[in-house]
Amino acid sequence: MNFAYLVLLPFLGALIPPLVARVTANRTALACGAALLPLVALLQLFQPALRVFDGQTLLARWNWVPSLGLSLSFRLDGLALLFVLLVLGIGLLVILYARYYLSAQEKAGRFYAFLLLFMGAMLGVVTSDNLLMLVMFWELTSLSSFLLISFWHDKSDARKGARMAMTVTGMGGLALLAGVLLIGHVVVIYSLVEVLISGDQIKASPLYPLILALVLLGVFTKSAQFPFHFWLPHAMAAPTPVSAYLHSATMVKAGVFLLARLYPALSGTDLWFDTVTLAGMATLLWGAAQALFQHDLKGLLAYSTISHLGLITLLFGLNSELAAVAAVFHIINHATFKASLFMAAGIIDHETGSRDMRRINGLWKYMPYTAVLAMVASAAMAGVPLLNGFLSKEMFFAETLESSHLGALSWLLPLGAVLGGIFSVAYSARFIHDVFFNGEPINLPKYPPHEPPRYMKVPVEILVALCVAVGVFPTLVVGGLLTVAARAVLGGTLPEYHLTIWHGFNTPLVMSVIALFGGVFVYSQRRRLYDGFERLPKLDAKLVFEGVVQRLGRVASLITGQLQNGSLQSYAAWLLALVAVVLLTQMTGLPSLAPQKALLPVDGVSLLCSGMLVAAALLTTLLHRHRMTSIMCLSVVGLMVSLVFVRFSAPDLALTQLSVEVVTILLLMLAMYFMPVRTRGESSVPRVVRDVLLALVIGGGVALLAFLVMTGELSSISPFFLEHSKPGGGGTNVVNVILVDFRGFDTFGEITVLGIAAMGIYALLRDMQLRSARYDSQGRPWASDAHPLVLVTISRPLLPLALLIAVYIFLRGHNLPGGGFVAGLITAVALVLQYVASGVGWVHERMPGDYHPVVALGVLLAGLTGIGSWAFGYPFLTSTHDHFHLPWIGEFELASAMLFDTGVFLTVVGATLLILANLGKLSLLDDKKEGA
Amino acid sequence: MELLVAVIIGVLVSTGIYLCLRARTFPVVMGLTLLGYGVNLFLFAMGGLKIDRVAVVGLNSDPTDPLPQALVLTAIVIGFAMTAFLLVLALRSQGEHHTDHVDGDDEGDREGRR
Repeated sequence: MNFAYLVLLPFLGALIPPLVARVTANRTALACGAALLPLVALLQLFQPALRVFDGQTLLARWNWVPSLGLSLSFRLDGLALLFVLLVLGIGLLVILYARYYLSAQEKAGRFYAFLLLFMGAMLGVVTSDNLLMLVMFWELTSLSSFLLISFWHDKSDARKGARMAMTVTGMGGLALLAGVLLIGHVVVIYSLVEVLISGDQIKASPLYPLILALVLLGVFTKSAQFPFHFWLPHAMAAPTPVSAYLHSATMVKAGVFLLARLYPALSGTDLWFDTVTLAGMATLLWGAAQALFQHDLKGLLAYSTISHLGLITLLFGLNSELAAVAAVFHIINHATFKASLFMAAGIIDHETGSRDMRRINGLWKYMPYTAVLAMVASAAMAGVPLLNGFLSKEMFFAETLESSHLGALSWLLPLGAVLGGIFSVAYSARFIHDVFFNGEPINLPKYPPHEPPRYMKVPVEILVALCVAVGVFPTLVVGGLLTVAARAVLGGTLPEYHLTIWHGFNTPLVMSVIALFGGVFVYSQRRRLYDGFERLPKLDAKLVFEGVVQRLGRVASLITGQLQNGSLQSYAAWLLALVAVVLLTQMTGLPSLAPQKALLPVDGVSLLCSGMLVAAALLTTLLHRHRMTSIMCLSVVGLMVSLVFVRFSAPDLALTQLSVEVVTILLLMLAMYFMPVRTRGESSVPRVVRDVLLALVIGGGVALLAFLVMTGELSSISPFFLEHSKPGGGGTNVVNVILVDFRGFDTFGEITVLGIAAMGIYALLRDMQLRSARYDSQGRPWASDAHPLVLVTISRPLLPLALLIAVYIFLRGHNLPGGGFVAGLITAVALVLQYVASGVGWVHERMPGDYHPVVALGVLLAGLTGIGSWAFGYPFLTSTHDHFHLPWIGEFELASAMLFDTGVFLTVVGATLLILANLGKLSLLDDKKEGA
Repeated sequence: MELLVAVIIGVLVSTGIYLCLRARTFPVVMGLTLLGYGVNLFLFAMGGLKIDRVAVVGLNSDPTDPLPQALVLTAIVIGFAMTAFLLVLALRSQGEHHTDHVDGDDEGDREGRR
């Protein structure tokens, strides 16, 4: 099986627990369901793991959008393998542990589903070969950890902690995305295979500082590095299995994982050393010092985690190969002892009902077995010899001594390291002494505490056994894994190192001894330190964070309130103002106004018509408050526009414009029937001035652009259409051939829009309550005779004539001006005329009044014509044409596009009538109501 | 002649925009119609102006550009559909809010709120 499918297994597995939960509430069954697929994944890992140990890097790739650098590609090398083992192994232990931790009332199915979702995301992060995919999984870990931290969502703490974690890590994720995009910009490709060998290219790029800053922002937020560490202690509101999993071994390690992953690509510069080392050192010291003063058991562990993450970061920052090996080693060690400590803390919480170390004392008497496990793990955390923590800490001390980067100040590094070590011993001592000794328990919610269920201790036992095994036989237990992982980090070469307990008497050993005794001494002085700490001013990260969030919200709503004031006028003005600004800023780049070619001469008729058009448009605007007059002027504008089309060789457009003009004016009149006949003058003078300015600027800009285009050199793709219209499309009217053939797909889309608009109007008009104005502004009734005899008499014989013309226009459309659009509009106008002349009732007695089927039929016909070409093995909407002979009529040509044009025709007729007839019917209903 | 058409386009766009910024639905619809004319003419002008050069194969040797015409033709029809839709939307809004103000709210002067 391909190893890449391993990533998929937890995602699939996330479906199982909720399904099991529907059948049974048995907690063991649920836990087994949850553990099933991760266990399968772990077993399936065996074969690929062997190949990785042989030194191979396994790659699996599926191309997705290669042009964008997007591919689904996974890699399994030593580093990925190490993390896969941590994620799956500790994940399984956590599932077992959670079986006993969660009570029967809690929704364990959901818990496991979230946990497995997280597991899958984490596997995705560590096995991604494509950096974009890595970022996606990275964000998925933030999302799923949000769900996990807020699992007890009825608690305010949990919600706020989850939100904080999500905000901080999510923003880091965005920064990381930007960094990754920049890396992709420099290296051209997003695959780690390429990126990892392009380190020199990236570091030489002027973008390198920016890339590093963005990537480190992602790393530091995720791995809780100072000053972004504050979310981690608040994430302790999560159920303890979540903390044991996310906040010891996996999620917070994603950050340092990325440091390791991109180590060959980004490390080795002074900038890297300064930022990474500094952040690591600050985090190490701050976390270690804070940990000592936490009274909450999990709080202590959280700050200790921060401090250890700082240690790992610091090691990566040292730009030394040996330090990188130590960092990888400490990742393993920290994961084992910290996960077991969290679990032990959870057990204590579970059995005593409290996590306050001022109350839980002397538990040695009640749960000696758990006490032994926790004490061994704490000792590992403190770096006591014969345990795993000791080994990596020795390497750490040695590395800080080696570094000479800071020159004369190089002694600061070992000093900081020893200081961190002292505090780490002190808080470990507190974990042991305060909890298991130090007198009697004080006022516990559950008393007396006792040992937890047998199997709840198993995960802790396994992890503690690992701590000891690694501590005593490091090479045997973990040497191989460390070698392949470190080799993957360093990109092939590996420095010489020895995993032995005894290196002889040397400086690191002295540092360890100082740390041990110093720590014990600091702990013995704890009373005075606590008192001093109490007197320090406190800064609650949660309050600060919430305050910032709320202030942001207020500012946002203030701005939104200003911009989104609910006034369409103001939105439109903003939008148009932006258009005006864009137009004005582009004015500088325009070519000269001098025409590039000879202009057409102006003749008298054109001048007259243009004058009428401009005058009518201005009148429409000036008189817009007298609506009826305004409509009259508008109709003049429309007619003149169609004359413009006639003048400039566009008969099709002129015909269309003319018929559309008729229906538009009819429509406006119909609508006006329900609307106030006058508009009140309510715009203030400044507003009118503003609007006039906007209108002039935009109108002027558009006119200028149009002039420049018309007088400039034109190049067009149209010769192609002119050339192929007859041989390819079987018609000589190029405009129509373009519509139904060359660009038939567009037209199909357009008639679909037409149909949708008509249906939308139909839906809007249903059950509409409107009161019509039965009288005009002077109090006169709108019409004394609704259906004047002259109009009725003339309109009826016009109908067959108009229809005949429509058929003629339709048939000739392929070769001469005309076609489905125009014919449809003429038909619609002819029918609408009947409505106007004789009334809706009269028309509907004589023909069906339902036009939706016509619209549907039209779109369907056009679509089917297109699909029809599939039957002959051609792409959608391929047209064909042939010559036919009919007796008496003679030879004529028929193109399949004609059928398509029929669809257009039907849609136009149906849509136009649907709109007008339904609006007309509304007035009919209104009349009836008034009559009743 | 080109200048004349440019002026026409400018006037149509300007009047259209001015009306679009009015407070009542009816002028807004009228404004959109005018703006539509302007935009259609603008698109049409992108192919250049030619007199008596209809784009029918065989009629003349140097026909006008048919592509903008095809685009504008559908634009005219869709423009009608959109005008109709907006108008009916305006009617509906009037039916629901009992006012033809574009904000569906007749109370007070909007400018005071900004």
